[in-house]
Amino acid sequence: MNATIDHRQGVGDEGDGRLDLDAALRDSHVGEVLDELDRELVGLAPVKSRIRDIAALLLIDKLRGNLGLTAGAPSLHMSFTGNPGTGKTTVALRMAQILHRLGYVRKGQLTAVTRDDLVGQYIGHTAPKTREVLKRAMGGVLFIDEAYYLYRPENERDYGQEAIEILLQVMENQREDLVVILAGYQDRMNTFFRSNPGLSSRVAHHIEFPDYTSDELLAIAHLMLDGMQYRLSPEADATFREYIELRKERPHFANARSVRNALDRARLRQASRLLSRRGRSVSRDDLITLEAADIRASRIFSAPQGPESPAIPGENAS
Amino acid sequence: MKLTQGTFSFLPDLTDEQIRSQVEYCLDQGWAVAIEYTDDPHPRNSYWEMFGPPMFDIRDAAGILTELRSCRQTFPNHYIKVNAFDSTHGRESLRLSFIVGRPPKEPGFRLERQEGPGRTVRYTTHAYATDRPEGERY
Repeated sequence: MNATIDHRQGVGDEGDGRLDLDAALRDSHVGEVLDELDRELVGLAPVKSRIRDIAALLLIDKLRGNLGLTAGAPSLHMSFTGNPGTGKTTVALRMAQILHRLGYVRKGQLTAVTRDDLVGQYIGHTAPKTREVLKRAMGGVLFIDEAYYLYRPENERDYGQEAIEILLQVMENQREDLVVILAGYQDRMNTFFRSNPGLSSRVAHHIEFPDYTSDELLAIAHLMLDGMQYRLSPEADATFREYIELRKERPHFANARSVRNALDRARLRQASRLLSRRGRSVSRDDLITLEAADIRASRIFSAPQGPESPAIPGENAS
Repeated sequence: MKLTQGTFSFLPDLTDEQIRSQVEYCLDQGWAVAIEYTDDPHPRNSYWEMFGPPMFDIRDAAGILTELRSCRQTFPNHYIKVNAFDSTHGRESLRLSFIVGRPPKEPGFRLERQEGPGRTVRYTTHAYATDRPEGERY
């Protein structure tokens, strides 16, 4: 293939009707976004591969568009399902960026909402409220967290149904104006989609977020600590791995969120440890290093194992 | 008689695509866009009714256009205009205002002469439409 690219031509068009994919890829900066995704998000292989597919499709669509081949805007509404803390919101935010760079959405802002933002409290309140949110989300991505709360089968006069209907209408008719991402826990989302087949069929991409492995969680911990300018001492590293293994067996394990909380608590303990040895000077190294003792002090290591162990309420397990 | 008020009013009516570009420009400048309507076409009528509050937090013209469509649906026989408000300190005023909807038939204005003392004549314009009560004018 001819290596020279004529920049006066359209994206990747070499003039003789042949298209240079490399140039198109470079121009779209998709590669950078995907690399960033790989660097900053640990694991999540199925998610990344789907994003890669979508990016490829949009790029090819753009090239086809340059040649006058049209297929209409592809439907990009998505559902993200997975356990707590598997990175659904993080990916949604990234999705808005990616779609913006690919030119699929015009502004690329992420509007994150839950049931409260869409559903009103009395008759006639819901429609304006939902429309307001949809207007704000146009040109970007509308992220509906815990979407299954929109539908309350036990109350047939619930206003959630009205919000869903308006949502459906916009998802169908103004596809080029916004992308809707529904997120929630696996089982409840399945029930939600079963009872709203219209919604399910308008969502083209059902993406499942797998749980992280211990290695991935440790890698996530390192990424988080880098961001906070802390680091684990070598012993602390081993202890933290042990911590993750133990924490995974406990109820209310929330993947990356649990890791974040554990690190936040370790920071607390490190701070009081440093304060308690007044009289001695503190080096920069002391300030950024989390020691094994900071993690070892967690209740996970001391609480008795087994189902009859005192229930540790969710994230407060320390 | 075609009402000429605000920017672009001597041009043919803007198409939706043109309105979208204008609104897009306003949003890019950081102005808040609002939609207003009225059925009193007098040029000194500066208080039009607001169709919903000004849309401060909208990022894309599609949101405004949606609102405009629903305004046209609700008031097919009214004048509708788009205002762009600049909240920059020291400016705090409208930067752009143009008509985006008008009744199908515009009867226009008549000139009224009022004779005053000493053969003075005072002139005023009177919109034919305002002879009828509000809401039934067009």
